[in-house]
Amino acid sequence: MLFVVPLFTVGQMSVSDWSLLGGNQGLNAPENYTGLAKDPLLWPSVGFTLQYTVIVTVIMMALALGIALIVQESTRWNAFLRTAILVPSALGLASASLLFWGLYSPNIGPLSPMLEGLGLIDEPISFLGTPQAALWSTVFLIVWRFTGFYMLILMVGLQGISGEIYEAARIDGANRWQMFRGITLPLLRPSIAMSLILCITGSLLAFDQFYILTKGGPDNSTITIVQLIYREAFQKFDLGAAAALSVIVLLALVLINLVQFRALRDKE
Amino acid sequence: MKTFRSLSRTPYYVLTGGLAIIFLFPLLWAGLASVSGQAGTAQAEGFGLGNFERLMAYGPGLGQLVSNSVIVSVTTVVLTLSLSLLGGYAFARFEFPGKNVLFLAVLAILMVPYASLLVPLYVLLGNVGLTDSLFGLSLVLTMYQLPFAIFMMRISFEAIPAELEESAMIDGCNSFTALLRVLVPAVVPGLVTVGLFTFFAAWNDFIAPLILISDATMAPLPLAVANLRQQAMGAVDYGVTEAGVAVLALPCILLFLLLQRFYVKGFMSGALKG
Repeated sequence: MLFVVPLFTVGQMSVSDWSLLGGNQGLNAPENYTGLAKDPLLWPSVGFTLQYTVIVTVIMMALALGIALIVQESTRWNAFLRTAILVPSALGLASASLLFWGLYSPNIGPLSPMLEGLGLIDEPISFLGTPQAALWSTVFLIVWRFTGFYMLILMVGLQGISGEIYEAARIDGANRWQMFRGITLPLLRPSIAMSLILCITGSLLAFDQFYILTKGGPDNSTITIVQLIYREAFQKFDLGAAAALSVIVLLALVLINLVQFRALRDKE
Repeated sequence: MKTFRSLSRTPYYVLTGGLAIIFLFPLLWAGLASVSGQAGTAQAEGFGLGNFERLMAYGPGLGQLVSNSVIVSVTTVVLTLSLSLLGGYAFARFEFPGKNVLFLAVLAILMVPYASLLVPLYVLLGNVGLTDSLFGLSLVLTMYQLPFAIFMMRISFEAIPAELEESAMIDGCNSFTALLRVLVPAVVPGLVTVGLFTFFAAWNDFIAPLILISDATMAPLPLAVANLRQQAMGAVDYGVTEAGVAVLALPCILLFLLLQRFYVKGFMSGALKG
């Protein structure tokens, strides 16, 4: 019930002239919505958010699945590996972003000196200096922070697959790749689907990492949709426009999730 | 899994060792950077606690910031645990009209993006006088933890055989005392899992305090550390930032290492039934 009131409020705000300091100044629909369409940052931020989501999802799923397969066997070394890969998940996203902000910094960042020492590069790398570099540096931070989380979900799924099926396949002469494609992937589908839903939703709503690490820069190249909401509300002081954008994000996300759930159910 | 046992061992150790180094390196570096000497930080040279000393004196003082964070985390954990204990029990054990619809509604909340409700929440909390309030912040954080928490607690309660409370009832308990005396001890692992997840979420949350807290003396630690780096007009102090990261991360890492099996257990139940 705590949710219904804010939901109602956001709907009301989205059709009202509502500023941060002035408060509610009456209806103005659909001005907040049409005004959004004129925001020059809207489409770039939608595009950037989608691009970021695709990159993060592809890399993270491949890596998490690979690692989950590698560390399945229970040995001491694998237990250590699992812990090492999971520890970053204990950090808050904001703490992790602050950590990497130092790690990538030209002042105290250890990466450029190390690479120079190895003779791999001639001059310091600017990890956050160009739009491309900023994007990939953030992707690395996110993969570092979240891979353990998805590895765990996939490992739980893997443990649910009985060893007898692999045994039977081996007797029938299947090689490792055939077993992976024919047994592991199909039986792991529920876990993969769940990871996908979480990863896509989380990436579409990205905020902390870009707010702290890149501050949307360089040149507004790394602004996500949620950052745009924040800017409308607390930098342009237009709560009405922020609410309108919130409503759109909310509807889009619910729609995307419904499509994903439907797809998942069909395949089960 | 047997399929991978036949992999030759050496490349395996090189690959996995490399992975472990990549994942541990940033943490080790941050710990090191917070105590080692760097030009332009409070610890100009050598090793020492200069960065932490500067952090102690920052803003309202580190003690105040840590206590803000502790208050918010503890309030959120206590609220979430008590509400999800009762809610999970109700969903697991009682039949009431609209139960399934209500449970679906609780889970549907998980689909509503966090960020899209913060703007109305900012206004609503302002209306009831809870802006710049640690309690208001805790309420918002609790609200976002409840769906998962109720879901987990329902699973925990359903795993307990009904005979257990039936025998308690025969021995003279009503459903409330049966819950307290017999069932709560049986769902302690579930409570620890929910508590751990809730603590991580509350201790680390950034966007909710960013929007709901504007008074610097009320800021929880993540917000304060993020603001801290912009303090010295242009000249950013990386050393003190990494000291802040260390203060933020250490309790989480310790808790995680201590309670890892509860953390993993949360995924087992969540991922299998989800």
